[in-house]
Amino acid sequence: MNRINQKLKEDKKLLSIYFTAGYPNIEDTVPVIKNLEKSGVDMIEIGLPFSDPLADGPTIQASSTQALKNGMTSDILFEQLKDIRQSVSIPLIIMGYFNPMLQYGVEAFCKKCSDVGVDGLIIPDLPVDVYNSEYKETFEKYGLINVFLITPQTSDERIHYIDSVSDGFIYMVSSASTTGAKVGFGNEQTEYFERIANMNLNSPQIVGFGISNNDTFLQATEYAKGAIIGSAFIKHLTTNGVNSIDKFVDTIL
Amino acid sequence: MSYNVNEKGYYGEFGGAYIPEMLYPNVEELRQNYLKIMAEPSFQEEFNALLKDYVGRPSPLYLAKRLSEKYNTKIYLKREDLNHTGAHKINNTIGQILMAKRLGKNRIIAETGAGQHGVATATVCALMGIECIVYMGEIDIARQAPNVARMKMLGAKVVPALSGSRTLKDATNEAIRDWINNPVDTHYIIGSVVGPHPYPDMVAKFQAVVSEEIKSQLLEKEGTENPDYLIACVGGGSNAAGTYYHYLDNEDVNIIAVEAAGKGVDSGESAATSVLGKEGIIHGSKTLLMQTKDGQITEPYSISAGLDYPGVGPMHANLYKTGRAEFIAITDDEAMTSGLELCQLEGIIPAIETSHALAVFEHKKFKPDDIVVVNLSGRGDKDLQNYIDYFKL
Ligand SMILES: Cc1ncc(COP(=O)(O)O)c(C=O)c1O
Repeated sequence: MNRINQKLKEDKKLLSIYFTAGYPNIEDTVPVIKNLEKSGVDMIEIGLPFSDPLADGPTIQASSTQALKNGMTSDILFEQLKDIRQSVSIPLIIMGYFNPMLQYGVEAFCKKCSDVGVDGLIIPDLPVDVYNSEYKETFEKYGLINVFLITPQTSDERIHYIDSVSDGFIYMVSSASTTGAKVGFGNEQTEYFERIANMNLNSPQIVGFGISNNDTFLQATEYAKGAIIGSAFIKHLTTNGVNSIDKFVDTIL
Repeated sequence: MSYNVNEKGYYGEFGGAYIPEMLYPNVEELRQNYLKIMAEPSFQEEFNALLKDYVGRPSPLYLAKRLSEKYNTKIYLKREDLNHTGAHKINNTIGQILMAKRLGKNRIIAETGAGQHGVATATVCALMGIECIVYMGEIDIARQAPNVARMKMLGAKVVPALSGSRTLKDATNEAIRDWINNPVDTHYIIGSVVGPHPYPDMVAKFQAVVSEEIKSQLLEKEGTENPDYLIACVGGGSNAAGTYYHYLDNEDVNIIAVEAAGKGVDSGESAATSVLGKEGIIHGSKTLLMQTKDGQITEPYSISAGLDYPGVGPMHANLYKTGRAEFIAITDDEAMTSGLELCQLEGIIPAIETSHALAVFEHKKFKPDDIVVVNLSGRGDKDLQNYIDYFKL
């Protein structure tokens, strides 16, 4: 069974952490992953940097720009990850925009993911219907789970459709925003979390955007299976580098 | 085969809507409504009245006698430079502001490079009394000061795009990010035939008035609706799309698309997307774009800020791929020379974007009885400083 599905079966709330590959330094990718696992994180999203990250706010944009300046590429990332499964066992997901994958060749990219032991992908600008008609078979051939996003504006009908196409979890964007734009949750989020919980979807949901500490982690996971932290962790890396990752994780769990 | 968009939003293999889910409700709302709204008699009436009385349409189709003599062919100039605000851009912003009103939006965002589309957007927002925010790269703000001042006078807020290379591509990213953060009350008035479906088609349809007028004007002047050649410059491709629109599937009419070669196609400083680009995704559209082997979008260069875009609209990517249009790349120097030539032969100062289209006559020989229509997409007022610096005036 795919590591993501296995993890989703565990009887606990999951913490998933996003970071940008090759940030702050090009060689930091693997140490960050190892330290995150050691610190008790359940799942990791490895950001493949892109020149034009449309859905991201300033924090993740800046980390992508720096990672690209550091020389990060798809090939270098796969090279860095080639022995990762000898030491890390939690699910690893690559999160990136579609163009770099398209240039790599979608099939070649999927094959590499499978070779190095990546379990799934999150591609914000690959629409569900294009995935469904053009790429689903390829992802399945390589045992990869593709994760889709929903937002407070997504209609019930579309959520059911996305649920039917998902075979891992649904990434629940907490508010209509780019990453890092809003911190914390208001009534609107609580209503949205309840609404989704009451839909009894097949796929578990993991909430992302706006989570930065224990309070917001608990709020997000009151209804959902887990929560994802991105910008807050990037900020931690910016000031502290790869060493005190356990201290950051302690403030969340 | 049709060169127009299909029902799925593609031109051949190009187009589509490669957008994050956060944008889906906005883009979907537009997709479901744009054709319906555009077909409403009240929309048509208001749109046509504004084009006539506010923009000053129809724009003249002018037989440029001395230019024709020099190149020994028959050259007509479609005078979009005479529109209110000085370029074709306003045809689109008039259409989109009426669309936004009917969709119940009360906040407008736009991106701009040279500032022409920003000014055209600020203008229609002032006209309708709607809040307007224009994103503009920090570098472009510095080099296009008069247009920044115009936008401010018109009541728009100009927000510098500080990310990436701080030019048009990044201003577009910032506008899209704004839309993600304001999904309910805001309409994004995109400035060219780029972006996710239905934008390329909607903008092309608003600009199509250009070729609609060319047809009737040529019929009156030449007894035929069909020119032998249509020529337009291509940044994102909106003035070109408008020029070609009603002739796309009429292969008796040859189409020439002119891109900016910058300092030369192979110089590393160019914006000739059809030659240098590869298929990929930019701003939600599958099209040709300039990028690294690793799929990172690269920064183009042209002396003309309006042609300085690393992609091209999906309609044009398809016209290139199918060979329907001939693509010609013009350098900075060639464009500047042809711009000055138009001043001296016809008494018309063109925008530098447009000067690229005019330089085709130095590249390609036409027959004496060929009828050649060039879209004179804009006037050169905004470029005066550039012309002054270049020619040491
Ligand atoms: C006068 C003029 N022509 C052409 C363009 C290029 O845009 P498009 O290719 O969308 O017509 C611009 C853009 O600013 C412009 O101002």
